[in-house]
Amino acid sequence: MKEVKKSIPKVDGVGLLMGKPAYTNDLAPQDALIVKILRSPHPFAKIISINTDEALSIEGVECILTHKDFPKKIFTRAGQGYPEPSPYDKFVLDEYVRYVGDEVAAVAAINEEVAEKALKKIKVEYELFEPVLDFKKAKDSKIIHFEKEAHSMFEIGFNPERNIAASYNMNVGNVEEELKKCDVVVESKYYTQPQAHVMLEPMVATSFIDYMGRLNVITATQVPFHIRRILSNVLNLSINKIRVIKPRIGGGFGGKQAIHGEPYVAMVTLKTGKPAKIIYTRKEVFEATYSRHEMEFNIKIGADKDGLIKAIDVDVLSNTGAYGEHALTVFMVAGSKTLPLYNKVNAVRFGGDVVYTNLTPAGAYRGYGAIQGNFALESVIDELAEKLKISPVEIRTKNMIKEGETSPIFKIMGEGREGVEMNIQSCKLDYCVKRGMELIKWNEKYPKKAYGNKIRSVGMAIAMQGSGIADIDMGSAILKLNDDGSFNLLVGATDLGTGSDTILSQIAAETLGVSTDKIIPYSSDTDLTPFDTGAYASSTTYVSGNSVRIAAENMKKMILEEGSKNLGTDKVHFNGEEIIRDDNKNKISLKQLSELLYYSMNQKQLVADGSYVGKKSPPPYMASFVEIELDTETGKVEVINFVSVVDCGTPINPNLAKVQVEGALVQGIGMTLYEDINFSNGKMRNNTLMTYRIPDRRDVKKLTVEFAESYEPSGPYGAKSVGEIGIDTPPAAIANAIFNATGVRIRSLPITPEKVFKAMEMKK
Amino acid sequence: MKINIKINNLNKTFNIDNYGISLLDLLRREGYKSVKKGCDTGTCGVCTVLLDGKPILSCSLLAIKANGHEVTTVEGVSEEAKIIAEYITAEGGDQCGFCGPGLVMAIMGLKNENLEINSESVKEYLAGNLCRCSGYEAQHRGIMKYLEVEK
Ligand code: FES
Ligand code: FES
Repeated sequence: MKEVKKSIPKVDGVGLLMGKPAYTNDLAPQDALIVKILRSPHPFAKIISINTDEALSIEGVECILTHKDFPKKIFTRAGQGYPEPSPYDKFVLDEYVRYVGDEVAAVAAINEEVAEKALKKIKVEYELFEPVLDFKKAKDSKIIHFEKEAHSMFEIGFNPERNIAASYNMNVGNVEEELKKCDVVVESKYYTQPQAHVMLEPMVATSFIDYMGRLNVITATQVPFHIRRILSNVLNLSINKIRVIKPRIGGGFGGKQAIHGEPYVAMVTLKTGKPAKIIYTRKEVFEATYSRHEMEFNIKIGADKDGLIKAIDVDVLSNTGAYGEHALTVFMVAGSKTLPLYNKVNAVRFGGDVVYTNLTPAGAYRGYGAIQGNFALESVIDELAEKLKISPVEIRTKNMIKEGETSPIFKIMGEGREGVEMNIQSCKLDYCVKRGMELIKWNEKYPKKAYGNKIRSVGMAIAMQGSGIADIDMGSAILKLNDDGSFNLLVGATDLGTGSDTILSQIAAETLGVSTDKIIPYSSDTDLTPFDTGAYASSTTYVSGNSVRIAAENMKKMILEEGSKNLGTDKVHFNGEEIIRDDNKNKISLKQLSELLYYSMNQKQLVADGSYVGKKSPPPYMASFVEIELDTETGKVEVINFVSVVDCGTPINPNLAKVQVEGALVQGIGMTLYEDINFSNGKMRNNTLMTYRIPDRRDVKKLTVEFAESYEPSGPYGAKSVGEIGIDTPPAAIANAIFNATGVRIRSLPITPEKVFKAMEMKK
Repeated sequence: MKINIKINNLNKTFNIDNYGISLLDLLRREGYKSVKKGCDTGTCGVCTVLLDGKPILSCSLLAIKANGHEVTTVEGVSEEAKIIAEYITAEGGDQCGFCGPGLVMAIMGLKNENLEINSESVKEYLAGNLCRCSGYEAQHRGIMKYLEVEK
């Protein structure tokens, strides 16, 4: 392989670092009206009246939108495949507000100051309701969604009368019976907190009407085609009247897998005929977009005395906040992307509810339930090992999934519906564990060493994720040959910083046999690029990558065909530069051929396409080992080294794959140790970057990331995904290391010094 | 009010009617699109520019306070920025890139400083430039190589 498995720099990297205009706000029309949203100060209320007269009279205010200005179309903000497995439970603007930050009205003005002034002059009268703030008490409490239009697109357990957005139950075998037969059973309760994405570019969207009278929306989104479809629904405007352009995006992590500001700017533009722009403040990003689903796990696990795990029983409660975006799918992933890890069991049960509360909605977030589930499962595995008096490594090695094996879970649990059966054709988990042990020097360091008031210890966890959503999500690509022998690669896939434009170019180049600099990638624009469901579910390299490979194969065929015509024989080959007769008697360069094709002979444009939908979702695997230093006087935990060995099949671009893992690890470490959204009376307390701390450079001592030699036959050049898996292991690995250091088990995230210290005091 | 700022080595005069406008907003308004905004609290560092050679948060400085000073954005130092960018991209340390221009300016500020260059001091100096994508390590590898070579 010449172009894949090669660490070429990102195609857009230098330009972005040099500050070239590339993001939505850089490209917005200079004269765009500034749109600002008036948000509810109450967690749950009915709007009795909105008086906009005074605000409208301010000079420079162009229009004010309230719930009367939008068609009464119910929808979900979730940017998922259609029909979405999320309940339709929201209007763009509604007479009810369901969390602090929910939208009440939108103002469009000539500049920010005027818009802000107008916001203050809108008078809203509310009838206040008692809010539901504790997710553990939410089921069967007050009804949050009573609107008659609310419905689900298909059966997802949507039950608004019971305040349930979705529910799900599955089982294999008889868990109760199996647990009774076990020699050891561990039962535990785990809690994971809501986490904020903190992509550095806030949500931003801009819109204008073009010279053809069509609505153009430029937006920082992971899902341009879903945005177009959702806009068409909520604006009552047909899809062919809307063009959505996705420029460079300043990070997403799932937070931009949804519609946010787009309907407001679009409606302002439709009403006024003028360009409009919305940029969320950081406070709005925190309060009024998404967070990670808060979850509670009740988990039971049983094994025989040799450490063979026989049964796993997981009951989960998830908090979706005020709207049910991604409610069911995140919930299911907590099981579907963790339970197959231990596939030697006789019985598994997984189920529970996703409840509504009057809090900021939860939504898609890297890891997507898997990180929550991984914390519970990978912690309880260590608890079980401890009870059995065997090592954490041994229990995993005995029970974990191996190449060639399968799990009934794959078939039973998909995302929002049934899954697909699959045999695992690539799984180097055993190597990952062995190599990780070497890298961290497990045998020397396990379980701990004390130095004065400091303890150094190690802990571990394993993880899996998926590669796209099988049988649902698709990608497609178009390749166009230019008259100098270069190619335009048009993909609907959405590079949000992962480097997918580069990776997809490498795949195209490899297939064509040309060098990557011959490929000019463009993503994505609903008018110009072919359909793609978007960047989520760790799908881009695998799903869109396969579509690029297919398009490139088709292009190669065309090149050979045209070359044959020119060289007068169909026995020809293409070496990346020239098409050569097999008998070496004559040849023509691709550049010459394309000149002939476009200017002088058999004039014909060469365009090839390819589409792909995954028939399976091969999981990447990872084993992580962490070394921590714990201060016994303060309870503070420092991550000294975090080692991850990853099986993502072939890393198409090893550097970019590595940075995906490193970035995800640090996000996971942040979630483990301090990131935590706090509410008080329904109001987010830490809604700024000052009060919500994410890791900075000093927090990262050492990361060690390596890849296993692996090849996934169904992936492009053997690739699986790598975008999400890196975030999954830090919570359990660090919690396990803390146990190895102190004998104290922390079962709720984040693991703050206070928690560790208190638990150590209790144990004394 | 009229203010004079030397931006990227050119003397510029601006008419300011809103005294509350930040240097960041003024720069963006005037077309310096490299300067990004990521927060409302002076915490993320993506708006970093140089004021008289020292990195500052342009979101937290009133434009009128820059009157009579020299401001440098990454547009003004594109040759050096390109070199830094190449070191960082060689390691894969650029992901979404949104933190990039601010980081490049902070690195330039660091170079102007008489600082002992080691892993700790560099991390300390750049701590205010957050990045959510890269996990910092790849950036750090690139930055250290750049600083060692360019010393
Ligand atoms: S915009 Fe965040 S520090 Fe200036
Ligand atoms: S590369 Fe995305 S924030 Fe740094």
